[in-house]
Amino acid sequence: MKMKRAFLSVIFVLATVLAGCEPLMVLDPKGPQAERQAHDIMLSIGLMSIIVIVVFALLAFMLIKYRASKQSKDYEPPHIEGNIIVEAICVGIPILIVIFLSIVSVKSNYIVEAKPEGYGDKEPLVVYASSSNWKWHFSYPEENIETVNYLYIPTDRPLEFRLYSYGPITSFWIPQLGGQKYAMSDMITTLHLAADSPGEFMGRNANFSGKGFAENTFEVTAMPQAKFDEWVDEVKETAKPLTEEKFDELLEPGHLGRSTYTGTHLKFLPPPEGHHHGSGNSDEHSEDEHAEHQQSSESHKGSEHHSH
Amino acid sequence: MEFFERFAIPHPSPAIYASMVAIALTMVAIVAGLTYFKKWGYLWREWLTTVDHKRIGIMYLISALLMLFRGGADAIMLRAQLAVPENKLLDAQHYNEIFTTHGIVMILFMAMPFIIALMNFVVPLQIGARDVAFPRLNALSFWLFFMGAMLLNISFVVGGSPDAGWTSYFPLAGTEFSESVGSNYYMIAIQIAGIGTLMTGVNFLTTILRMRAPGMTLMKMPMFTWSVLVTNVIIVFAFPVLTVLLAMGTFDRLFATHFFTTTNGGMDMLWANLFWVWGHPEVYILILPAFGVYSEVISTFARRNLYGYKSMVASMVLISLLSFLVWTHHFFTMGQGALTNSIFSITTMAIAVPTGVKIFNWLLTLWKGKIEITTPMLYSLLFIPLFTIGGVTGVMLGMSAADYQYHNTMFLVAHFHMVIIPGVVFAMLAGLTYWWPKMFGFMLNERIGKWTAWIIGISTLVAFMPMFFSGLDGQARRMYTYSESTGYGPLNMISFIGAVGLAVGFVLIAYNVYYSVRYSPRNISADPWDARSLEWATHSPVPEYNFAIVPQVDSSEAFWDAKKKGHELFKGEYEKIHMPNNSGVPFLMSCIFFVWGFSLVFSMWIPAIAATIGILACMAHRSFEKDHGRYISVEEVEETESKLRGAS
Ligand code: HEM
Ligand SMILES: [Cu+2]
Repeated sequence: MKMKRAFLSVIFVLATVLAGCEPLMVLDPKGPQAERQAHDIMLSIGLMSIIVIVVFALLAFMLIKYRASKQSKDYEPPHIEGNIIVEAICVGIPILIVIFLSIVSVKSNYIVEAKPEGYGDKEPLVVYASSSNWKWHFSYPEENIETVNYLYIPTDRPLEFRLYSYGPITSFWIPQLGGQKYAMSDMITTLHLAADSPGEFMGRNANFSGKGFAENTFEVTAMPQAKFDEWVDEVKETAKPLTEEKFDELLEPGHLGRSTYTGTHLKFLPPPEGHHHGSGNSDEHSEDEHAEHQQSSESHKGSEHHSH
Repeated sequence: MEFFERFAIPHPSPAIYASMVAIALTMVAIVAGLTYFKKWGYLWREWLTTVDHKRIGIMYLISALLMLFRGGADAIMLRAQLAVPENKLLDAQHYNEIFTTHGIVMILFMAMPFIIALMNFVVPLQIGARDVAFPRLNALSFWLFFMGAMLLNISFVVGGSPDAGWTSYFPLAGTEFSESVGSNYYMIAIQIAGIGTLMTGVNFLTTILRMRAPGMTLMKMPMFTWSVLVTNVIIVFAFPVLTVLLAMGTFDRLFATHFFTTTNGGMDMLWANLFWVWGHPEVYILILPAFGVYSEVISTFARRNLYGYKSMVASMVLISLLSFLVWTHHFFTMGQGALTNSIFSITTMAIAVPTGVKIFNWLLTLWKGKIEITTPMLYSLLFIPLFTIGGVTGVMLGMSAADYQYHNTMFLVAHFHMVIIPGVVFAMLAGLTYWWPKMFGFMLNERIGKWTAWIIGISTLVAFMPMFFSGLDGQARRMYTYSESTGYGPLNMISFIGAVGLAVGFVLIAYNVYYSVRYSPRNISADPWDARSLEWATHSPVPEYNFAIVPQVDSSEAFWDAKKKGHELFKGEYEKIHMPNNSGVPFLMSCIFFVWGFSLVFSMWIPAIAATIGILACMAHRSFEKDHGRYISVEEVEETESKLRGAS
């Protein structure tokens, strides 16, 4: 009886939570990578629920059938060593499940680590996203502009984020577009995303990075390419140039609102590109990018450039 | 004055001043009490200098319970702060310090000593030995652990607590971003306790391999002993990594080396890797002895032998190997690329197979049994469904691409609490209740015990299930606050209610101890649960020498055989018994370690050097000391035995 009460309380908790709730962010994907991840999540929840139900059912069966109170006083439980067939089933079925999930998992790894499919031969938009305590700096090298704490992106086009940090390890995360990846001080990591529909999304640093961590967020706005181009032009007309002094100021620990600049800090503060990790097919890009930023090589604390 | 400024708390608050006063008052009360009741001599002779595995076990147990309350108080503050959006109860700095110490205290200073407590008390009895292989080393293990734990605990009021998370990732934990002494405490306190644990590993490995009763081959060991053997193999391989890691971290912080810094070739990823090379095996160090406890309890109260003994052993050995091959799953998101992630994704999910085998074996142990629901059994029966939820969510986390979405969120927090609380904490409470009569000669109250188990079981669900949802809704872990618009409020409020429930449960445990000390009958038999393994074949409480005559064994349930099948356990006559002498050196040496650690934390080099010399002197003393132990005479054994036979 008490088991049942526990059971009911679980269901109660689940029900109250599920009712009266909008779709959970991660399960409400707005891009192909997040979609793949949400698919994996739902698939594994489904399979795992079966296991949970089997275990619960077996436990309930044993408890109902073999309670001492249900048996005669002089019942002596038998000595049972084990049975090859039963044990083979207990090993075999989990192995099959794990094999199946492994196949899915490996496939997904190669999907989320590659340029998103389905956008024809559109070139990805490259954005350098770097974190400093407790802000995000977004540099658009092709557009030659930079923003702080907000990110504008075009829809229906692959996005390639190059991540690094001017401080502790952070993790760049826009749940509705896809999973996170670390930004670190000594190498660049690459995250492939894309947005399928216009909208505003939450972005944040997910990896604890000290006092200002909770507020280390940024706003993401996805818009059609034409609008994005308009925005870029507008920035170029109205924003002030990003100088080295200004950038040093921005790096000071603290929180800032949004701001926008022409030019990028990549010019005077090259990212730690010597160490390039993250995925296979991004290396081609990094070559030319690299040459572009080579002219300026003033080194700065926090962005030491190590070569292999 | 300048000298003393370093001890000041960087971020004082009324709560901290209140704890300072509370700590001071407690100390005064303890000292006054000991003096008034003239107990100093008793304390020194019977406890501080003891090398008896049972007493050491009990001291571990008391420390673990104290730390459970310390860590629990932390947890309540954390959940209270998050219960409503934009709460002002704690500021970011305090929140960070509290979740950091909560993690360290619960894993290293609560779960580990709890496990080692049961290991100490039970294993020598289960294998029919008189003590562990190196009793004095055992005392040193305990006191090092204790001093490490105390060192970390004073950080709260002297100099400031660590605040970079229990994982203490660099460069955040380095001097570049953490200037206060907090992270020094982390490096040095855990180092001292960790050395103690490593010694425990060596000690129990030797004990189990070399000191089993005649006839007890490896495959005739009780399952708890098996789990402890495997655990200690993992300890011996994993803890040296921690030792080296903490030494490197200490060098970075105290001597400005550049192992993990952002400049001059430092590699922050190295910390993360080494941490989890130790850290993942560590979670299996926690869970395997718990599995051992469940095996004992479930088989005892199903009144049946354990189903699939061989596959239980095989699965533990397999887990111990696999546990060293999965560490990367803690940072799938570090950019290793698809191939590396795929390999570690597969090894991670593979661990679920032997773990699942164990679950099915317990279920099959219930099959055709005669199940009696006592408090320890109730914990075990609650464990099976709750741990299954924790375990399958582990498999979900093992899907590396999906983990990009779970990582660093409350989903992960929910996973590891759903494995650690039902897995480890329930097991420890089950083991505590189960072996309590053997330790103290009376039982804990069953009625209060069952109430407690239900409250803790249900509260665990209430506290942690909501986190799966808030995690999927994008709530990152370790945020000290969130805005109303995120909509995380209600879920976090439910969690808070669960946390309060857990606190009520833990208070009830303390109340049960108090109640049972006062009212529990003392005339119980040596085998109150009708159990199966050797520890129940001797008196309760257990005499110093454990068994007057070394038992003869020919199955994994020797005592059961003796009760049911006429197996003769104790053959032969009393003989004089060789026992180790007490020694104050382990305690003294650990005190010096404390001074050494404290000096290093505050970079006070002269006392640090003096303490180093003191430690070496203690070791030298041990090397040249001639101590061959002592004998308990046959008359003395006879006298004790007849007295105890009268008592139980
Ligand atoms: C059934 C097998 C299990 C699997 C497949 C599994 C898998 C995982 C994975 C993949 C992670 C990392 C997730 C992330 O950081 O994104 C993780 C974290 C963790 N797991 Fe498990 N796990 C299992 C069982 C256990 C057990 C038995 C324990 C402890 C008794 C445990 C304790 C932990 C802890 C403490 C963490 C995270 C610590 C932190 O980041 O602070 N897990 N687990
Ligand atoms: Cu792990």
